[in-house]
Amino acid sequence: MAMELDVFVGNTTIMDEDVYLLWLDGYTVSDAVSMRMKSGILEQCGASQDVLESDTMDHYRTFQMTERLLHNPSKLVNQLLFQIPPHRQNMLIERWGGGAAIVKITVQKCYKILNPFSPSLAPSLPPSLALTGRYYAFDEAFVREVLGKKLSKGTKKDLDDVSAKTGITLKSCRRQFDNFKRVFKVVEEMKGPLVENIHQNFLLSDRLARDYAAIVFFANSRFETGKKKLQYLTFEDFAFCAEQLIQNWTLGAVDSMVEDMDVDLDKEFLQDLKDLKVLITDKDMMDQHKSLVCTALRGKLQVFSEMEGSFKNLSRGLVNIAGKLMNNKDVRDLFIDLVEKFIEPCKSDKWSLNDVRLFLTQHTNSVRALDAFKHQAVWERYMRVIQSCILKMYHD
Amino acid sequence: MPGKLKVRIVAGRHLPVMDRASDLTDAFVEVKFGNTTFKTDVFPKSLNPQWNSEWFKFEVDDEDLQDEPLQITVLDHDTYSANDAIGKVYIDIDPLLSSEAATVISGWFPIYDTIHGIRGEINVVVKVDLFNDLNRFRQSSCGVKFFCTTSIPKCYKVVTVHGFVEELVVNEDPEYQWIDRIRTPRASNEARQRLISLMSGELQRKIGLKVLEMGGNAVVGYLQCFDLEGESGLVVRAIGTACTLDKLSNPSAALLPACNSPSKEIKEVPFSEDPNPNTHSSGPSTPLKNQTYSFSPSKSYSRQSSSSDTDLSLTPKTGMGSGGSAGKEGGPLKTLLRQQTQTALEQREFPFFTLTCFPPGFLVHVGGVVSARSVKLLDRIHNPDEPETRDAWWEEIRQEIKSHAKALGCHAVIGYSESTSICEEVCILSASGTAAVLNPKFLQDGSLDGCSEHRLEEPSPPSCGFCHIPYDELNMPFPAHLTYCYNCRKQKVPDVLFTTVDLPVEAAVTGKGCLIQARLCRLKKKAQGEANATAISNLLPFMEYELHTQLMNKLKLRGMNALFGLRIQISVGENMLVGLASATGVYLTALPTPGGIQIAGKTSSDITYEQHISNMQKKINDTIAKNKELYEITPPKLFALDPEVSTFKGQNTEMSEEIIGSPIPEPRQRSRIFRSHSESSDEISELDLSHGKKDAFVLEIDDADAVEDIHSLLTDAPLPAGFYSCNTEIMPGIYNWTTGLQMFTSVRVFRLNNVNLTNQGLNKIFNDLCENLLKSLYFKLRSMIPCCLCHVNFTVAVPEDELIQVAVTAVAMTFDKDQAQESWKASVDKALMKVIAENEEQLQFPLELCSDSPGAQPFSPRKGLQESVSTQAIPEAQRASSLEKASPQALGHARVRSTTAYTGSTITVVKMTPLSFIPGAKIVKYVGIINMFFIRETTSLREEGGVSGFLHAFIAEVFAMVRAHVAALGGNAVVSYIMKECVFMENPNKNQAQCLINVSGDAVIFVRESELEAIPVQPQTTSSQASNGGADVTT
Repeated sequence: MAMELDVFVGNTTIMDEDVYLLWLDGYTVSDAVSMRMKSGILEQCGASQDVLESDTMDHYRTFQMTERLLHNPSKLVNQLLFQIPPHRQNMLIERWGGGAAIVKITVQKCYKILNPFSPSLAPSLPPSLALTGRYYAFDEAFVREVLGKKLSKGTKKDLDDVSAKTGITLKSCRRQFDNFKRVFKVVEEMKGPLVENIHQNFLLSDRLARDYAAIVFFANSRFETGKKKLQYLTFEDFAFCAEQLIQNWTLGAVDSMVEDMDVDLDKEFLQDLKDLKVLITDKDMMDQHKSLVCTALRGKLQVFSEMEGSFKNLSRGLVNIAGKLMNNKDVRDLFIDLVEKFIEPCKSDKWSLNDVRLFLTQHTNSVRALDAFKHQAVWERYMRVIQSCILKMYHD
Repeated sequence: MPGKLKVRIVAGRHLPVMDRASDLTDAFVEVKFGNTTFKTDVFPKSLNPQWNSEWFKFEVDDEDLQDEPLQITVLDHDTYSANDAIGKVYIDIDPLLSSEAATVISGWFPIYDTIHGIRGEINVVVKVDLFNDLNRFRQSSCGVKFFCTTSIPKCYKVVTVHGFVEELVVNEDPEYQWIDRIRTPRASNEARQRLISLMSGELQRKIGLKVLEMGGNAVVGYLQCFDLEGESGLVVRAIGTACTLDKLSNPSAALLPACNSPSKEIKEVPFSEDPNPNTHSSGPSTPLKNQTYSFSPSKSYSRQSSSSDTDLSLTPKTGMGSGGSAGKEGGPLKTLLRQQTQTALEQREFPFFTLTCFPPGFLVHVGGVVSARSVKLLDRIHNPDEPETRDAWWEEIRQEIKSHAKALGCHAVIGYSESTSICEEVCILSASGTAAVLNPKFLQDGSLDGCSEHRLEEPSPPSCGFCHIPYDELNMPFPAHLTYCYNCRKQKVPDVLFTTVDLPVEAAVTGKGCLIQARLCRLKKKAQGEANATAISNLLPFMEYELHTQLMNKLKLRGMNALFGLRIQISVGENMLVGLASATGVYLTALPTPGGIQIAGKTSSDITYEQHISNMQKKINDTIAKNKELYEITPPKLFALDPEVSTFKGQNTEMSEEIIGSPIPEPRQRSRIFRSHSESSDEISELDLSHGKKDAFVLEIDDADAVEDIHSLLTDAPLPAGFYSCNTEIMPGIYNWTTGLQMFTSVRVFRLNNVNLTNQGLNKIFNDLCENLLKSLYFKLRSMIPCCLCHVNFTVAVPEDELIQVAVTAVAMTFDKDQAQESWKASVDKALMKVIAENEEQLQFPLELCSDSPGAQPFSPRKGLQESVSTQAIPEAQRASSLEKASPQALGHARVRSTTAYTGSTITVVKMTPLSFIPGAKIVKYVGIINMFFIRETTSLREEGGVSGFLHAFIAEVFAMVRAHVAALGGNAVVSYIMKECVFMENPNKNQAQCLINVSGDAVIFVRESELEAIPVQPQTTSSQASNGGADVTT
């Protein structure tokens, strides 16, 4: 004897936010049921396990049907199949914080305010937009694993390793991966600012759109982020760096109406970076540069003598990185180079963050006083990014 | 050529990819009406085509306009092979034919395919130019309005109620035609959809003609059903109540009749002033009910004579009439009334009314439920143009009903409905209704002014009048126990009242109501033909009897004395019959307090047995006490007895004498008395009979069946805190609805794998199925607490040998719990307010005449009063009267306002509810009837998520299509929504499933009350938008 068929359909689509999160996390129905049971929901409502099973099944079916729409969130707004009142969409869009790890916390908070037994509110109807946001939210641990990797079938095949390593269900890993890929495909060849495009096409919050921009940007240039030396860096660090790169080094930084403007780096600029070599190859210029920096920083730096000792090495490191960037392969190693050539030497000499900031500022500005140096603009465009990236990355 | 239909195809969106190579579609559209077809250009390589077509014009007869649906097909152009169909949209243009409904149909419609479901959307504009042909009513019935609502629609007032209209049309079912063997499932489904659409159009036109003949202009309570008779054909039949309706110049004034705003309005509460509502014990209940079972194989007419009346009253036939003289007081009046009604009704073949809710004063007396069932063998319909056999069958049943009503001293049947259950070649036809005596003033043309006459007829207060017996108590059609009305104490009332209608708004009720269900399964041997039909008709009386016993027990268990909205469904399967009775139990103040339930065992000296019995008795008594608390059943305070009444009581048995000696004990004390009796089984057997005569209801435990009965009685799970449920429009005792509204459909199919099932086992399974379904609903809707499930409509079916299907459609509505306690006070306030408001009305009338914008002044005096009412419970009456003064123009403002306030997506939120009203809102316009039929089939059941995934998607799609049609008509809600049919068939081995769904309702435009309130504040918003405003109202 068995229930052959069991469905519940409301005119206004009922979506339980807790179950949604469980579904997003890739739990099976039976796992979700046992997790919900642990939450004490049964005692609260005096229901039995089969009630919970039936309810969970209904929600899972609804989410599966919505998933098709979530892949193209702009459809979700004017689809007819599910009635999700617009006023609620707007209401929750304000509340919804967005962004990676924060999302879950926010969501649960929202849920507490909104859902249980509050008489003034109609059934728990999540807004389609918050729905999208949550669908596109990702796990920090996951994104660190795939950041900078090619979003290809090969990478997708390796997701079971990622799943085993991070403890995130394979289903959830696949969804997150597919989200990255989908967004990537849509915005890859679009005109206009990357963040704006993502925001408009996927209705993501500003914060989440920025994160996706970073992911798309990293995937496109295939920056190496997985090396052991880079493990200490968070997604947020990389996202910040990506934003710097997009704002300063891409085509879009010069011309705002070209294709791929925010995705590809400005090739011309990368070529010009070769010219910076003069700073280390011309011995006079290097000495002059060093003395300018030392004069300015004397007494201000706690690690002055160490700085004096390693100036040439550090300076050489920074300029060499610039020189290599015209090769695609070396672009990928940008972050590992920054760590090896600059951050690690400083850390071993126990520079404080402030020391690094003062040094980099002075190092950049002093070049202006070098009359023989003709590439001030390129230098500054280069160092603006390098400086902020290093400062962001300079932590334990 | 009395009409020109104009159609424009604007655009499509979200189309499916039809060309795998390009991931795009080359779409074009065919527009077909009757035999004429137009095509748009191909819009190449797009999933969001912009056709922007010219106006396609069809010049057609209005007969065709009524019958034919507009058929829009979206196709993918293919140069080399046949064009692929993407999907279709059928649009019923009937709403455009009435001047009072919609003027244009315009909006996004889901493109539907019977195999793939919804595949994108299409934007269409449809208009009709009706030529001003004076003769047009002769050929067609354009302009007759149809309403599913079973009460007088909100923005109309009833001039005359003409009475019953019925019609049926038959055809061959395309699914069973020879051609079906060679065509695709899609083609067959589409042929069926189209045919049913055509047939319902024709049916509606024919009924419209009958209405015009009767001199009416509308059909209210229109119920259309189809019977899939398989090989023998397809029957589409409909019943309704013909009326002459007048549109109120100001729609909001329609609020005034009490029946029109069940949400809050309480009438003047006459019973609150009544000092002497006395309570005393009375004779046992007699449900007023007659049943007939006739089995007549259509081939041999000689056997039709086997029809017999079966009296199924549950109580012992004591034959004790009270013989009180007072009973005759009402006599002459009654006779007078009867004569008047008779003249009004006698001309009619069937004095039936499909309405369940009536204007105040319409309903004079209610006799009780009348029902008839008949088992027929289906045979092929040879000549579809003359569906005589089917007509004759129904005619026979209706005659039966009519005679039952007569036996109850009633001349009319209200809350009338008909249904069928078909299994293979056997068909059970059922009809039921409530016998009643009606006020003739509504039934005669132009007699509305006859007020003097009217006054004569109203000796009994409206709060209890309908409970008074219509039949002659000396010559009762069945043994019943009558007492004097506990409200007016002038006339006799039965001690239990069963009806199929809604609780009259003016009725005096104590406490809250609740959903009561009786569930039953009976095994039946598999058989063929006549043997099968005989077996079924032999089983039917027993099923009815048992359902009835269950209902009665459950009613008593809840301490209530009346059932409203009773609906008994008996479904036939190959090897079983399933019966489900649903009703809303209430405690009518006018009726006596129901007695407890007494358990009687066999006289036995076995101590454990006795203990067992007394344990059970205790449980039952506890449950009754608990229920009384839960439903707040505390009958009005008791007063000293009328001498007259006590004499009457004196004729009762010893136990009531005990009671008479002291002031009448409160119900709880009384249950204690029973308990003391139950302690010794010897006494029980002695008291057995006397209890039978009085108010205790005796359950004898003498076999396993009875034990089961008692168990099932006690296993009904209690409602979770914060929930109430009923199957009627109004939940007695809840008046302060808030705006939370969630309509839903839930379907469950249970497979019985156990071959050797007993009746008991089957009963338990069925009972659990229903109980668990309810539990799931409560869990699902927990976020709406406190809320009430209203209009809970269960349907059962036995789709296959071992399957039981239960479908439920209902609406959950939130209410304000805090106000519930104050409702009594508020209602008194309201009554007061109303008086004040009415006085003011007269004063303000001239004011209004001389001023175009009523402004805030008329409101100001009452605003002060408003604040004196503690909570948001702004008296309905007051609001209504203030609305009445708002000019139609002002109403326009409201709509404009809401349109401008509306932001966000382009999709109109469409509310759906099975009720005839929307809490906290006013219906300002009916834009047309919705009557839609869909078929969905799949050959990839597993891939679509199994049967549940398939049906879930289909129901969601049906909702979406209903919403889209309503929105295109300019409406923002569907009221009186009903899912009349949900036929689900599966073949998991072949990975196939098919489902048919038929839904209907009334598309309306509503405006939130809060918006209406603000009208006078913004008179400046008058603008040309007023005409199209309201379509997008959301809140």
